[in-house]
Amino acid sequence: MIKDFEHFAPKTLKEALALLAKYGDDCKVICGGQSLLILMRQGLVSPKYMVDIKGLDELNYIKDGKDGLKIGATTTHRTIEKSAVIKRKYPVLAEMEKRLASIQTRNWGTIGGNVCHGDPAADPAPVFMVLDATLTVAGAKGSRSIPIDKFCLDYFEVALEPGELLTEIKLPVPPPHTGTVYTKFNIIESDLATASVAVSLTLGSGDGVCQDIRIALGAVAPTAIRAKKAEKVLKGKKITEALLAEAGEAAAKETEPISDIAASEEYRRELVRVLVPRMTREALARAKKA
Amino acid sequence: MKKELKFKVNGQPYDIFVKPKTLLVEVLRDLIGLTGTKRGCNSSSCGACTVMLNGMSVKSCSVLALQANGAEVVTVEGLAKGNELSPLQKAFLDHGAFQCGFCTPGMLMSSTALLTENPKPTKLEIKEGIDGNICRCTGYNSIIRAVTAVVKGEYKEAK
Repeated sequence: MIKDFEHFAPKTLKEALALLAKYGDDCKVICGGQSLLILMRQGLVSPKYMVDIKGLDELNYIKDGKDGLKIGATTTHRTIEKSAVIKRKYPVLAEMEKRLASIQTRNWGTIGGNVCHGDPAADPAPVFMVLDATLTVAGAKGSRSIPIDKFCLDYFEVALEPGELLTEIKLPVPPPHTGTVYTKFNIIESDLATASVAVSLTLGSGDGVCQDIRIALGAVAPTAIRAKKAEKVLKGKKITEALLAEAGEAAAKETEPISDIAASEEYRRELVRVLVPRMTREALARAKKA
Repeated sequence: MKKELKFKVNGQPYDIFVKPKTLLVEVLRDLIGLTGTKRGCNSSSCGACTVMLNGMSVKSCSVLALQANGAEVVTVEGLAKGNELSPLQKAFLDHGAFQCGFCTPGMLMSSTALLTENPKPTKLEIKEGIDGNICRCTGYNSIIRAVTAVVKGEYKEAK
């Protein structure tokens, strides 16, 4: 049963921040509520006050500019998935969103809510890691920027201080000859990942050498993580099957998976071992076409 | 403390006071009495509680009722025009797209939302359109056949 709470629906960001400053730890922010309401129903979260920012239209936007893409925190998954500019310039983001959850959940759930929920199995964080995203959070004292890697702290824990609110996700323009891909392994298509892998690979001009690579993993550690040792195996080299296998092995060693109803710890490691080479191959193919 | 919720359900305006913790499915079923919308898993998994909110399908067990303030909600009761069933409802009947019927309101709402957005979906798009809805009787094939029949224009909209 959900416990009673007092509900505020601020009309502006300023009002929202004032409410957060006033109620501090006793209050929780709700946007689409697609994750939060489940936790509240299980009695895991019982806030006294709820600041409902679903109607905060000033944070509902997708802006494309010279310095990259900006997505407001209250933008829904479905809006991102269907955005023409995202499909054209950041197709991996639209592909990720399409598999994030059922249509109903994507229609109401928001990107900001998902990222702040801090579920290690959620889809956006690994993709944002390989796209080098920066998050903007606002508080009573002003706003600050946090790279996505520093934002995810632990199981369901993110780097928001009391009184702070995620307002925007910024993605830089990808370098030329870059291919970015994401996949997750799951039994039911619209479910959370059992393990997920995102890869962004940049080729040097014409020489076929992997100039830069980012690999991120979901659902195999307390947060989404970068597989930096696996990246090191491939960076600056011409990709070969032997190197890919080595990278898969390195990535599997970087994980700290749990065993649960979906898969054992060993199985999750094996998924990473298989998916990292597979997705790197796909990223390479995309980079060649880019 | 209760808060005011003003919204429309199937075209009918409502102005009611609800506790903030009330979910949309609870308002529809328990306060308004529209029990066509089913409460299944109560955890956003089964889709039986699917309704349309401002034209989009949502799971009403996972939407705070107050977030529907000012919105237009359509439930399965709102699909028929008078006594004339909607094309999808007719097709579901003709194709036996249910056995126990518990998932049917949600299936109808998801397929209605799909056809509103994309009147000519492919078979894959139909499958994707209902993938947030679980049916334990039909194996889904009869549901997909029913939606396909509507897509092919075999059923006309009531005037």
